[in-house]
Amino acid sequence: MMNGISSEAFVLGCSAIGAGIAMIAGVGPGIGQGIAAGHGAAAVGRNPGAKGNIMSTMLLGQAVAETTGLYGFAVAIILLFANPLLGKL
Amino acid sequence: MGTGMLSQRVFLAQEVDIGITGYFHFEVGGQTLWITTTHVSLLLVMIALTVFALFANRAIKKANPEDVPGPFLNVIELLVELIDGLTKSNMGKRGARFSNYIGTLFAVILVCNISGLFGLRPPTADYGVTLPLALITFVLIHYNGFKYEKAGHVTKLFQPVLLTPINIIGEVATPLSMSLRLFGNILSGTVMMGLLYGLIPKLIQAFLWPVFGVLHVYFDVFSGAIQAYVFCMLTMVFIAQNFPEDEAQG
Repeated sequence: MMNGISSEAFVLGCSAIGAGIAMIAGVGPGIGQGIAAGHGAAAVGRNPGAKGNIMSTMLLGQAVAETTGLYGFAVAIILLFANPLLGKL
Repeated sequence: MGTGMLSQRVFLAQEVDIGITGYFHFEVGGQTLWITTTHVSLLLVMIALTVFALFANRAIKKANPEDVPGPFLNVIELLVELIDGLTKSNMGKRGARFSNYIGTLFAVILVCNISGLFGLRPPTADYGVTLPLALITFVLIHYNGFKYEKAGHVTKLFQPVLLTPINIIGEVATPLSMSLRLFGNILSGTVMMGLLYGLIPKLIQAFLWPVFGVLHVYFDVFSGAIQAYVFCMLTMVFIAQNFPEDEAQG
């Protein structure tokens, strides 16, 4: 490897960078949940009587929108704590 | 080198403990099985729920229908009516008999999620707990699909013939995304709290108790309650979509 860096350290460092990059996936759900919450607030303003239904629909939609972000989180966690690349050295 | 060691000592005051710890292991047929933190936490959650159920059962049996119910009985009635109303509004008349399962599911997931407050590692932060829960939902979805739509449950996969692969992947992805959602949310809370506890030295933690309290309320109680609600909601919606159209909205 490069001078002074063992191949394990190199893989571990690159995995840490990869985990950080994988967490960029958190941007999308943030925007999506914000849009859902904004429209939910607008809907409550227009029809305050339907607040319970709007709340549950909004939470359900937000939970579904969150899934892609959690896939990124799963990749980051696997890279950090159950690294599959170290076994290939 | 010196600064590196110093910063390590400052910033990693304790070991970061977010993984699953195995306590002891035994072999069954050449396969090593571990008893881990997940088993212990799940057992404690089970004991807590069983004790609550026994007390609730005794309170209900002793109750006199003509008296005004006491505070404990009132809370039990509130919970049961909440679950009944939730299932009825989401699944219609046919869904009323699912309130047993939905109530059990909600209680288990909720208590599992907030067990982080009591110093346990939440059992739902283990994929081996959330995947079976999602698979039960998967079985229920397709059992009810075959029950109400008969062979139509299979043929509707090929409705637009071109979309067959997407339909099949969509069916398989349902339990996967449900289990990953619960697992990911609870694990992210556990990881954040574990990193924070590992980052800050124990002596300073004692002075920062309001910060930790607020974070525990957010990650364990708020996030956990939302995820328990969402899991039950998705279960109800997916099961109810197989009910016949005319009677689904009862």
